[in-house]
Amino acid sequence: MRRFAALLFAGGLGFVLLVIVTQLNLGQTPMIVGQEMLNVAGAQVGAANIVTSVLLAYRGFDTLGELSVLFAAATVIGLVLGHRRSNAAVDPDGGFVLQAGADLLFPLLLVVGCNIILYGHLTPGGGFQGGVILAAAFFVGVLGRPSTGLDHSVIEVIEGFAGSAFIAVGLWALFAEGEFLMPMLDPGTVGDLISAGTLPLLSLALGLKVGSELAGLMTSLANTEAGDP
Amino acid sequence: MIHLDYVTILYVGAIGLLAIGAAGLVICNNFFRILLALVVLEAGANLLLVLMGYRGDAKAPILGFGPDGAQMVDPIPQTLVLTAIVIGVAVQALAVSILVRVFRSYGTLDIRELKARFEHDIAVEMGIEPPRGGEAPAGGRIQSSGPPNFRPPESHS
Amino acid sequence: MLEWIASLIVITVLTSAVAVLTVQNMVGAVAAASVVSLGVSVVFVLMHAPDVAMTEAAVGAGLSGVVMALGLRKLGLWRLEDDKGSAHALEPTPRPETDADA
Repeated sequence: MRRFAALLFAGGLGFVLLVIVTQLNLGQTPMIVGQEMLNVAGAQVGAANIVTSVLLAYRGFDTLGELSVLFAAATVIGLVLGHRRSNAAVDPDGGFVLQAGADLLFPLLLVVGCNIILYGHLTPGGGFQGGVILAAAFFVGVLGRPSTGLDHSVIEVIEGFAGSAFIAVGLWALFAEGEFLMPMLDPGTVGDLISAGTLPLLSLALGLKVGSELAGLMTSLANTEAGDP
Repeated sequence: MIHLDYVTILYVGAIGLLAIGAAGLVICNNFFRILLALVVLEAGANLLLVLMGYRGDAKAPILGFGPDGAQMVDPIPQTLVLTAIVIGVAVQALAVSILVRVFRSYGTLDIRELKARFEHDIAVEMGIEPPRGGEAPAGGRIQSSGPPNFRPPESHS
Repeated sequence: MLEWIASLIVITVLTSAVAVLTVQNMVGAVAAASVVSLGVSVVFVLMHAPDVAMTEAAVGAGLSGVVMALGLRKLGLWRLEDDKGSAHALEPTPRPETDADA
C-alpha cells in the first residue's frame, strides 16, 4: 500500500512539473536580470569569467552564507562522530599501488588545484572547484596511509585564516565604499592575470577555506571507529 | 513519432530524476538507500535549475571565447547551482556521519525497526508509557473477571 | 544529431537512477549514484555551463562517492558478491588454507 501511494505521488509530481515546464518557452528565456549583468559585468568588475564575477561581486553575500553552511556541517560532523578511543583498531595500510599512486598524485593535484583557483577569473574555474581538488590532494595521502592522519591544528589555522580574510576584505569594502563585499581596487583590463580588483584575493581565500574544510571533514569521517553493533 | 526537441528531452530527464528521487525517499526501507535517493534528487534539481537558464544557439558566459556575435546563456542559475552543489555534498557527509552514529548505537539500519526502538527509548527516558501499535484497543482490554468494584447485589431476605 | 546524444545520456541517467533504488548490493548502489552525477555533468557541458560541469564532476562523481564509500566501510557494508572474507571492515581477510600435509 505504501509503495503504491509513493509511486502515485512520484508520478503526480512528475506530471505536474511536466505540465508547468511545457507552458514556459523552452530555450528562449527572458533573462531580465541576467542580460543586464552580462552587459555591464565586463566593464564594471573586469573579470572575463562572468559566473565568477556574479559569484563574488554581485552575489558575494550568498557565497558568505555558503561558507557558513560548510563550517557548520564540518563542526557538527566533528561533534557527532566524537573522539576516537586510543585502543580502537586502526585500518591497515593500503597496498603498494595505493601508496605509490597517492605519492605520485599529490603534487599533480596540488598544481592543478592552485592553477584553477588562481585563474578563476579568466577561465572556467574559481574557488570552489580548486578547493575541492586541493581537498582531494590532501586526502589521498590519508587514504594510502590511514595511520598517519592529517594534523588537525594546521587545518584549523588555515581554515580560520582564510575565512577571516574573506570577511576582512568585505569589511574593508564596507568601510571604504559603503557596501559590503563590493570589489575594490581597479578593474584593470579584461584578460590579464592581475585584474578584477579584489576578486583574485577573494577567490584564493574561498579556495583555501573550502579545501581545508573538506579535507578536515573527510579525515574525521575516515578516522572514526567502525560501527560495532 | 512526434519530433522532440533536445531541450524537451533534457527537461524530461531532469523531471524524471526528481520523480525517481522523491519516490525513493518514500519507498526505501534501508536508511543508506534513502540517502542515495537524496543524492539523485539533488542532481535532478540542479539539472532543472541550469536548464532554466539555457538559450538556444548561445555560448558560455565567458568573455573572449566562442563565436562573436552570439548571445550568452544566463549566468545567474549557474551561480546558484554552484553553491547548491557544494552545500549538497556537505549535507551528504553530515548524513553519513549521523548514520554511522545511529548504527553504532542501535546496530541496525532498517527504518521500521529503528522507529519502534526510538519511540520505546524516548518513552522510557520521559517516564511515560511506550506508544502501543495501531491494533491495540484504546483504553485497555476488558478484564474477564468483571469491573473492579462489582459486588453482587445482596438478596433481601 | 544533438537529439541522439541527449536521448542517450538521458536514458543512461534514468536507468542508473532506477538502479540506485533496486540493486541489492550497496557498493553497486553507490556506483550507480556516481554514474548519475557523471551523466548530469556531461549534460551541463552541453548546456554551455563549464563552471557547473567542473564542480559537478569533481564533487558529485569524486568527493561524494568517496564520502559514501567511507560511510559504507564504517558501517560494515563494503562487501562484494562473491567475497568470502569477513564482513567486518577492519579484520584482515583470512588467507585460504592450503592442504599441504593432508
